[in-house]
Amino acid sequence: MPRRARWPGREHRLAIETMQEHSIIGRPVPKKDAWLKATGEAKYADDHSLPGMLYGKLLRSPHPHARILHIDTSKAERLPGVRAVATGKDFPGIKYGNLPQTRDYLPLALEKVRYIGDEVAAVAAIDEDMAEEALDLIQVEYEILPAVFDPEEAMQPGAPQLHDHAPDNISSQSAFHFGDADRGFADSDLIQEDIFETQPVKQGMLEPHACIGLWDNTGKITLWASKQSPYVVWRQLAMGLGIEPGKIRLVQTYIGGGFSGGKQEAMPMDFCAVLLSKKSGRPVKFVHTMDEVLTIGHLRHPIKIWLKTGIKKDGTLLAQHCKIIANGGAYSSIGQLSMYIPGAMLNLPYRLPNVKYEAYRIYTNNGFCGAMRGHTLPQICFARDSQLDIIAAKLGVDPIEIRLKNAAQPGEVTPNGFRLTTFGFTECLQRVVEASQWREKHGKLPRYRGIGIGCGSLVSGARLMGHSSSTAEIKVQEDGTVLLVTGSTDVGQGADTVLSMIAAEVLGVQLDDVRFAMVDTDITPVDPGTFSSRVTFWTGNAVKLAAEDARRQLAEIAAQKLEANPEDLIFRDRQVYLRQQPQRGLSFGELVRLAEYRLGRIIMGKGSYTSGEELIDFRTGYGNMSPAYTPSACVVEVEVDPETGQVTVTGIWGAHDCGFPLNPMLVRGQVLGASVMCIGQALYENLIRTQGKVMNPSFRDYKMPLATDVPKLANVEHINIITRDPSGPFGAKEAGEGAATGVIAAVANAVYHATGVRIKSLPISPGKVLFGLKEMQGKGNKPANLVKG
Amino acid sequence: MKHLLPVSLRVNGEPYDLLIPPWRTLLEVLRENLSLTGAKRSCQEGQCGTCTVLIDRKPINSCLYLAVEAQDKEILTIEGLARSAEVLHPLQRAFAERGAIQCGFCTPGLILAAKAFLEENPNPSEDEIRRAVVGHLCRCTGYFQIIEAILAAAREMAGKGAQVGH
Ligand code: FES
Ligand code: FES
Repeated sequence: MPRRARWPGREHRLAIETMQEHSIIGRPVPKKDAWLKATGEAKYADDHSLPGMLYGKLLRSPHPHARILHIDTSKAERLPGVRAVATGKDFPGIKYGNLPQTRDYLPLALEKVRYIGDEVAAVAAIDEDMAEEALDLIQVEYEILPAVFDPEEAMQPGAPQLHDHAPDNISSQSAFHFGDADRGFADSDLIQEDIFETQPVKQGMLEPHACIGLWDNTGKITLWASKQSPYVVWRQLAMGLGIEPGKIRLVQTYIGGGFSGGKQEAMPMDFCAVLLSKKSGRPVKFVHTMDEVLTIGHLRHPIKIWLKTGIKKDGTLLAQHCKIIANGGAYSSIGQLSMYIPGAMLNLPYRLPNVKYEAYRIYTNNGFCGAMRGHTLPQICFARDSQLDIIAAKLGVDPIEIRLKNAAQPGEVTPNGFRLTTFGFTECLQRVVEASQWREKHGKLPRYRGIGIGCGSLVSGARLMGHSSSTAEIKVQEDGTVLLVTGSTDVGQGADTVLSMIAAEVLGVQLDDVRFAMVDTDITPVDPGTFSSRVTFWTGNAVKLAAEDARRQLAEIAAQKLEANPEDLIFRDRQVYLRQQPQRGLSFGELVRLAEYRLGRIIMGKGSYTSGEELIDFRTGYGNMSPAYTPSACVVEVEVDPETGQVTVTGIWGAHDCGFPLNPMLVRGQVLGASVMCIGQALYENLIRTQGKVMNPSFRDYKMPLATDVPKLANVEHINIITRDPSGPFGAKEAGEGAATGVIAAVANAVYHATGVRIKSLPISPGKVLFGLKEMQGKGNKPANLVKG
Repeated sequence: MKHLLPVSLRVNGEPYDLLIPPWRTLLEVLRENLSLTGAKRSCQEGQCGTCTVLIDRKPINSCLYLAVEAQDKEILTIEGLARSAEVLHPLQRAFAERGAIQCGFCTPGLILAAKAFLEENPNPSEDEIRRAVVGHLCRCTGYFQIIEAILAAAREMAGKGAQVGH
């Protein structure tokens, strides 16, 4: 299998262009913190400890739905070694959350518990065993209430109600209509209707949530924690404690994976750590066990998707109508946005003139759902791209041709107002077809082997309500090194490196010369956080502006010294020199010292970036959510064992328009990692819940992909499509989350191609495959890849 | 009163005499008594491999291993792997240079497991590497760059130079 791109001319040109144009950007350099992580020196939240520190534990509800009648903590308080106990009454009773209408969460439950795992009380003791023991001594009297677990049942009149403010348990809804769907269906030659279902899936980051809280006697609060969006936590913590955010300092530690598994919001453990510290006068540490991590909320939404598509004989998409019902669990989290996104991006990366959408997120007595790598897009792309293959088969059109025919193009505006600036989707399709040898394989592989395609699209950060901008500060130091301060976090995705590369490129220093600061809310500028693939684009633009600001200040001084125009100066390789006369110049360090020592100037650059886009009107759904969108296409090859029904992914080839890869090695890592996560969701991951109880809260029973489950290196390729977005930093857009959005559909389509079995509910488990094969044998059908056409 | 047992451990070549409760796991003792936090605490039931250390050159999940069992044995943690701050082990270098480290939570365990494996099998195939690290979860990378890094380190250690991969 050739692993090199087949357009060497273009790739080669690009490499040369990159080398001439940039000295740092575009190179596959290692992640800045990799050395610290390889030696075990990087300190994650649980690796920190403070003198006199206590250990906290949370008491959780054993019932899916119950009223709390009484809590007696006296026995626990008397246990030697216990220093403080807290219940919901110790907090001001203010609900917190992301949006005003979705604030439904309390630091500890007050009147009711709404799912098994809901936090009820907390203790701090001199060690973890003692804290566990104390939990057993807390007596909670509950009045058990009827519970409801299925969203469609929860919507029925008379169903148990979870929240007073939410009749029919509707947690949030989204509905819009663009174009004229009825007309589109009327003009269609074929109308296809299907129901797809996705399962509850966990983020599965290996580092459990952990924090240390300290409430000092001046009333100042410090929380050291593993947080991907520290400023969201900072704000929510203040909200739930009923104090000013200015009283709180949040210090970020190294983060052992985020994926929006809870590290993006304030959690009960954060509130309890600081409150128990106030009560005990000591720092208090909390670390979740993996059982807790897998039991509590922050799941990917399980969704039932009804999708109707109208299409012309020639394969032109005319209309789609989609209704979704999501099992939201007990609380809102970011659920409102989770419901808007599948409708807003239902069509992308395709061109679709008429769209109708209705979404309901329903409260049930389960762990609550939120975002996870790709938010709700992998689910909707699974449905849409599976259905597209069903349609292609009915029309007798090749799956690639139908996608090429409907591929959205740069410059287009979607019916709901998304402006596609750069959008290399057609090229994604062409390149992935070549790389995967689609034409040689599709319809031609032996029995029980199959190949399938799936596509998707993502934003490069979203313009949301509330604070959306990113800021960077750059301090140039006298030795020629650069201190880069942003409010963004590195969760392993490489923000530390890519942002530093941008600063180094602009200032003409080496990557090692840039020191990247971790978030400390006393020092770093406020930032929305790490989500929606926004950091490279938004913070990256802010860093570029900050570095340009610092360079401008330095260029003025250098220009005077060199008797030249500031515009004629080049900053490169730690030197500043004249473009036309490179021998006339001085070193970067000399220049900084000249500015500081002689002129008394301090070189500090500042930059802020906010996309100029208008806000989305969530009532109509109209507006441009992101400054740039990325399309992707993925081809997967599978082998199905007809005896066991087991599906093995034997190859994966992807192409993704990331604008410009600032660091191709890191881009590749993001894309492949996200793709494997989606293979897990496609084939086996499933948080099994019975009457609200998680039956597999351990890595033994919650199956995530292992090294033996991924294809051979020779059958894995990722291709970057270069479109250089005019508003991205050095042309870059989102890279990573988006490339995986089509993977689940690609697996489903490959399984169909291998077996003729169309599976519309995830995961594509051996049982479902076997059942499908048996059913087909009954009908005397043959696998699809043996059928012509 | 807790029952405390005297234990002598040899960790990264250094001797330690400790008095610990007999039920303490090696992971707890390394992290809490010796402040060696390179071995990570994640699943605590032998499923993820983040707590891996080498005992007498063999990888074990230290979350499932009592500290008292390690009496008189040679324990190597990630902190003891590099010869010096400047001279990292080829596996550490390969992991760092080849994108095998993202969040890094799985890294110490994987590097140690790979070290033990390469000592047994200095010239492994891709498939042998996959099987060797099957006890380690990594949620960030999808494993490809980890496998590439181990292949690269194996070749370097076997003296074939570092030209590896694709
Ligand atoms: S923490 Fe020991 S194997 Fe997971
Ligand atoms: S790098 Fe994050 S778990 Fe492996």
